[in-house]
Amino acid sequence: MKLTPGAVVKGGTSLNYKTGSWRDQRPEIDQEACKQCGICQEVCPDDAVRQQGDHFEIDYDFCKGCGICAHECTAEAIRMKNEEK
Amino acid sequence: MTKIKVVEGSEAVAMAVKACRPQVVAAYPISPQTHIVEALARMAADGELKAEYVRVESEFSAASVVSGASAAGSRSYTASASQGLLLMTEVLYASAGMRLPFVITGVNRSISAPINIQVDHQDTISLRDSGVIQLYVESAQEAYDLHLAAFKIAEHPAIMLPVMVCMDGWVLTHSYEPVEFVEQEKVDNFLPPFKPENFLDVANPKSWGSYAEGDVLMEFKYAIHKAMSEGKAHIRCILAELAALTGRDYGGLVEAYRTDDADVVLVAMGSMAGTIKDAVDDLRREGKKVGLVRIRCYRPFPHEELSAALGRAKLVAVLDANVSIGSEGAVGLDIKSKLNGRPGAPMVVDFIAGLGGREVNAGAVRRIVERTERIFSSGVPISEAEWLDLNPAIVP
Amino acid sequence: MAGSEPSHRSLKGDLMDKKRTEKDESLFVSGHRACHGCGLALAVRHVLEATGSNVIVVSPTGCLETFSSPYGFSPWRVPWIHHVFENAPAIASGVAAALRAQGRDATRVVAIGGDGATFDIGFGSLSGMLERGDDVLYICTDNGAYMNTGGQRSGATPFCAATTTHPPGKASFGKSEKKKDLPEIVAAHGTPYVATATVAYLGDLKQKVKKAMTLHGPRYIQIDTPCPSVWNFPSHLTLEIGRLGVNSGLVPLFEMVDGKITKVKKLRTKLPVIEYLNKQKRYQHLVASDLSQETLQAIQDQADQNIAKYGLMA
Repeated sequence: MKLTPGAVVKGGTSLNYKTGSWRDQRPEIDQEACKQCGICQEVCPDDAVRQQGDHFEIDYDFCKGCGICAHECTAEAIRMKNEEK
Repeated sequence: MTKIKVVEGSEAVAMAVKACRPQVVAAYPISPQTHIVEALARMAADGELKAEYVRVESEFSAASVVSGASAAGSRSYTASASQGLLLMTEVLYASAGMRLPFVITGVNRSISAPINIQVDHQDTISLRDSGVIQLYVESAQEAYDLHLAAFKIAEHPAIMLPVMVCMDGWVLTHSYEPVEFVEQEKVDNFLPPFKPENFLDVANPKSWGSYAEGDVLMEFKYAIHKAMSEGKAHIRCILAELAALTGRDYGGLVEAYRTDDADVVLVAMGSMAGTIKDAVDDLRREGKKVGLVRIRCYRPFPHEELSAALGRAKLVAVLDANVSIGSEGAVGLDIKSKLNGRPGAPMVVDFIAGLGGREVNAGAVRRIVERTERIFSSGVPISEAEWLDLNPAIVP
Repeated sequence: MAGSEPSHRSLKGDLMDKKRTEKDESLFVSGHRACHGCGLALAVRHVLEATGSNVIVVSPTGCLETFSSPYGFSPWRVPWIHHVFENAPAIASGVAAALRAQGRDATRVVAIGGDGATFDIGFGSLSGMLERGDDVLYICTDNGAYMNTGGQRSGATPFCAATTTHPPGKASFGKSEKKKDLPEIVAAHGTPYVATATVAYLGDLKQKVKKAMTLHGPRYIQIDTPCPSVWNFPSHLTLEIGRLGVNSGLVPLFEMVDGKITKVKKLRTKLPVIEYLNKQKRYQHLVASDLSQETLQAIQDQADQNIAKYGLMA
């Protein structure tokens, strides 16, 4: 595919680069314990917590496993588990 | 009706810039360019120049303001000289790389150290690798004319690069000449508003200033190089269009003066060409077949026109008002590289001439021709540039 | 695309993943290359949430620029330009001038750059923009060093912090100079709105950005953005470290309107500075050395001075 003049890039195209492969641990949400406060989504540097209807899900395509969501969760509903290769 | 006015060269440039309706002008002072931005400031103060006039705190910012404005889709202009042009270097490379067009007047002045504010071409020549198109003018009239073309060249969709119009400091900026102006309506027809395909637009968000890895970097740089080289065809067209508009045809990418049957051809840029033409006329009257090629478009380098103008000349003497310390003058190096290996190519002697405003008069031109002929008849090839009128006794 | 190895050399730039549709997306999307737990990345997402989409963003060279602009992969769903290192304020001034000239009054200009670019190499450019009164909101994401290149000392590096160009050693305790007080310098230009914020208090950060967006002229917000990679703490503690910084008094949060402090964030509980310092490896040399008591006291004094100066105690 031809390069663009001046290396100008269309916005939003980073969604084609799946940073999920960077993880060595992954967050898992216990949906029953979750209070749907939304803090996990707010504090994710990678915008990898998505609201699906009335609950929240981790987008593992992009989650880098930093653990901020688990640490900040007000219900202690998120646990970090080792990523299985 | 076209108007002819006796004006200072700087004023002529300001008139051309105003006529091109820039939306953003950035201004920072440095001799000998300051009269240009001051003239534009007066025009802005009287409401004649309807641009956002940004008084920046350095030349780095002057080049940056016009770059940002261009990226946002506005026609933009600034001017500088000497140290200021060097300070802009990083910005100019980046803007060429990002294909951001704007026009900048490069008023030629020597580079420190020692500090000297007189004319030579070291400053703009130092930027020749940057991807900025460079045009050199001989007179205030040509400066006026070429600024009209400069915006059109810069903004051509196949070019999209900054264009620098280089004019000799003091000699052209501060002396007075009769200049014929083009009516605004004609300028507007010649130069429609700037409408870039890509610009900073919330309706179509894009990102400028990417990081490119080794697998694509060469192709990006080649693209700029190609835009310049292939741009020659567009520059020729635009200069021809300008000539039709103004009635003044300087000859295209080069001006060939009495080169048709010349044995010795001098090559130079800028206002010294005027003196050289007089010297050529003198020598011609004495029966010597001498001519001059004045390079107008230096980057991209017009080797096709140069070759044609050199014709069957046996000797070429290049007057370089600049030097690549440790080697030779830039124009000489360019010419030698283009002629290298060509059957029947002339011998080229490079003369470093006129640094720090040192006079290059008709007598000097005569001495250059004589020296070139002597070198040729000696049969001994030379590998250094000749420094014209150097006083070796005082060299420390 | 599903199941393919991510590769920054892949140029599939224009295709959007079907799972995430454009209308759900924030203005700074996933897939950027920031480190795990990057405070800066989180701050930028919320800055744009507060500014809305009718903005043009300008960034200098730095962490943000590097992790958001590999060719073909941009997370920016607003128009964005990175030019060079020193000139984000001047580029922003140029963009603002163009918008004025074109009558595009509703679109605003926001510059987002790091401390290296803002405190040091772009300082002159920033000063010019402020002095001219250009209509630009300048946001400095401050992680206290040239983090993009591994953590070299900047004018924003705090007193005694270790950096690679001012490391602790037998003859050094890390940075010997105080952090440049850039908010005060900015305010001294007559800048109408100056604020400090932190990624640790996102509500406060967004409120300040929103407030700034209601004003015109130059505005400055400096955001403390902890860096797990180089401050060297576990990546899940980014916001916690940020809170500790605030509650120690070392990271005062305030708002200045026309040069007068109008709002401060009071400390919930005042923490001794050691609670903040001992969580980051960039200060671990203070624990080990003989100088530690004296230098720790000097740092505590700085925190106490901030508390007194800004009235941070409840």
